Formats: sequence, structure tokens, C-alpha cells
Amino acid sequence: MTASAAETEAVAARLARVLRIGDVVTVSGELGSGKTTFVRGACRALGIEAPVTSPTFTVGHRYAGNPDASHLDLFRFQGFSPAEWGDLEPYFEDAICFVEWPEAAADALPPVRVAVRLSHVDREHRTIELESDDRELLADVSGDADARL
Amino acid sequence: MPVPTGGRILGLETSCDETAAAVITGDGRILANVVSSQAELHARFGGVVPEVASRRHLELVIPVTREALGEAGIELAEVDAVAVTQGPGLVGALLVGLAAAKALAWANHLPLVPVDHLHGHVASLYLQPERVEPPFLCLLASGGHTLLIDVAEPGGFRVLGTTLDDAAGEAFDKGARLLGLGYPGGAAIDRLAREGDPAAFDFPVARVPGLDFSFSGLKTALLYAVRDLPEDELERRRADLAASYQRAIVRALVRRTHEAAEQTGATKLAVVGGVAANSELRAALPDAAFAPLPLCTDNAAMIASAARYTDAVPLPGYLALDAYASG
Repeated sequence: MTASAAETEAVAARLARVLRIGDVVTVSGELGSGKTTFVRGACRALGIEAPVTSPTFTVGHRYAGNPDASHLDLFRFQGFSPAEWGDLEPYFEDAICFVEWPEAAADALPPVRVAVRLSHVDREHRTIELESDDRELLADVSGDADARL
Repeated sequence: MPVPTGGRILGLETSCDETAAAVITGDGRILANVVSSQAELHARFGGVVPEVASRRHLELVIPVTREALGEAGIELAEVDAVAVTQGPGLVGALLVGLAAAKALAWANHLPLVPVDHLHGHVASLYLQPERVEPPFLCLLASGGHTLLIDVAEPGGFRVLGTTLDDAAGEAFDKGARLLGLGYPGGAAIDRLAREGDPAAFDFPVARVPGLDFSFSGLKTALLYAVRDLPEDELERRRADLAASYQRAIVRALVRRTHEAAEQTGATKLAVVGGVAANSELRAALPDAAFAPLPLCTDNAAMIASAARYTDAVPLPGYLALDAYASG
């Protein structure tokens, strides 16, 4: 589906409402494709009012909500060693965890419930692709849009 | 906690990339300020964390502490208090510093002072020889944070505005990456911008309500500008892009700082954090007090400085102190 920034947040909010504690959502896409915007939309739907900002430098944020949301950014990572996993593990506990730039972690992440891919269409619009084994979830989130498995 | 003029505070900071230890006196003289900067390592990896974060901190925290004590010319027995960053930051990284500080305090019967990292940045202004006396309005701009802070007294701070998306320092770094420049990106853009025309490109900065900031649209604007230029022209106009991009970031910071000063009636301005090293920002705020360059990026002297205005936690309470990820 194609979306403006506001629509990106709205899609993310629909997704957030069907997520559960322990779910991992990866959010991929180039610089400026709207990854943090997507996570912000999801966090707002989880009742999080704090600013949802890019964790590129800090690597991880955790926001108190209903339930809590963690927001990781692996942009500055190269690989993903067991030691690095040890650093990030607390962010996956008792929270829904959104992971930007998940590519660095490759297969080291816990099972991913939904993979979100954002890409540039033009200055105002992005394509949002969702991938999940859960067909019902995709139908709930994408509504009329073309749902892929 | 107040420490006598001649007393010594050992500070530790491990909230993000740097492992740092420092010794200052109760009246804010720096006796040692050691930062095991991974910047060199990072440069080799193009800004990538070579190995995050706590394993490196674990290897470095004791050697760095030893070096700080050695430079200060004192023994651990001569320290009067231990200060440590409690948050915000990467939890695993913070825990290394916190555990080390607890052990040092416990073994030497010292009070432990947990310090907020942002308070630490502000407290970099309370160190000698150029102490800045509150009240003042403080712009804190770094890779991880961009905040406007109302500082009424040294022990406290009130956040007036913050970035809603990317931090200013992150905007510099990602801009540098889009322009194919090296790391650290802020310094690379600052250098290249001197050869460019800041009016060559019009990079709009989003107007957001209140005293908040938004830099993510600017990054996207640069992406499209870079993408729209043919290869040879991009090569020729790289300095113009850097200069225009830097101008847009600096203007946004300066405009909001002036607006905040107007609203609060602040007459004194101060700038801290890594972006305070930017030459155009320094020129654009000629009346502001800037943190000394070695204290702009993360360091432990600023943490020890903030501890002078923060309550110590007595034993055994401090053994239970936990790190916090977000402010």
C-alpha cells in the first residue's frame, strides 16, 4: 500500500492494535523512508505520549505504554554477536519490540511476527509492505490494500 | 551532594559509546578527564559500533578509572564520593558503569551519587575555569539528544523542547553519510561547508509547534537533492550541499533557542553537547557560553560535576540502583 506520513502512522496504529507482548516487528527501509514515523504511529496507538525519536545513536529506547514498547535501531551495528545480543535482550522482555535496520542482526533476532518494509515513491509518499505468517493479522492491518504473505 | 572545596569526586560514564572516568574537586577543578574514545575505531568502521557496547565498557572501565586516578595523582582512598551515569542510555552499557561504581563505593565506604546524563551535559558548564552561573537557557545538541533546557539552579533543569524525530547530531552524521563523507560526520560537514555556498540549496526545516525540533524531513530533503543530481554535478556541488545542509540545521537550532529565550526571558544562553563544537553554530550564537571542546562530547568530568548538585544515595540503598533507558 502507498501512504503519506500520516497514513504511515495510521497503518502502524492498526498494526499495533493486533500486536501482543513479546512480538518483534522489524522495520526496514532506506534513510528517510519513514521507519521512525512508522514506529511512532504504533507507539501512539499503544498509549505512549512521549516523543518517539530515532534511536540511531542511543541504539535503544523503551517507552512505558499499554503494553510497553521497545524501539531498537541497529544502523550502527555491523554484525550481531552473542555479547551484543546480551545488551539488547532486556529490550525484548515484557514489551512489543520494533527493530529498525534489522539487517545487521540477520537471523539472530527472536522470531519476527511482522516484517515491515518501507520504500520511497516520491517526496510525500512511501510504499508499505507487510510480511507475516499470520494471514488474519495482515488482513486486519491492510484493510482493502493488497495483502501479501 | 556537596563535597568540600578540596574534596575529590570520581566520576564514571558509560551510557553510550565512550568509556570515561574523571576526577574533579568539590569546587569544580578537573584533575583528570579520561575518555577512552572509540572514535578512531569508529572511523575505521564508518561510524559503525565495532562491538556494542557493554563488552568494550567492561574491558575498559577499570583501566580508564586507574588512568584517571593516576593522572589526578591520588589513590582511591583519597576519593570522597563516586558519581556515575544512571541513564538515559543503553541499559547494558549503563549497567557496567553502575556496577563498577557500586563496587568502588562499597569497598571504600564512599557515598554513591547517581547522575542523569542530560544533567551531566548541563553541568559541564559548572566546571572551572569558566564556570557559567545559572540562571541560563541551555541548548543541548548531540548525536542522541536535542533539547532546550531552562536552568534555574545547578541542581535542576526543566526541558522546554526536544526533537520529535532525529537529533541534530544524528542529522549531521546521516547527512555526511548521504554525501559520502567520513566519520564523525559533524566534523566532516563542518569542514566541507567552509568551501561551499550555504545559499546554493534551499533545505526547508519543518516548523513544529512549541519549542520542539524536527530534523528528519531535512535529512530526506538532502537525500532527494543528492539523488536528483547527476554524478558529475554531485561531485562538483558536494560542498554547496554540505554548506546549505549545515546552514539549515544551525538556523533551526538558533531560531528555536531565540524563541525560547524570548518566552522565558532568559538573558544568558549556553550550548552543550557534541554539536556545540560546530563552528557555524558558534558563530551564529556569539553571545552564548559554549562548553569547552573536550567537554562537549560524552565525558565523566561533567558527571562528577553534576554530582555536586545531586543527592547521594546511602548504603545499602545504592546497591539496588538500576539503570534507566529513557528519560
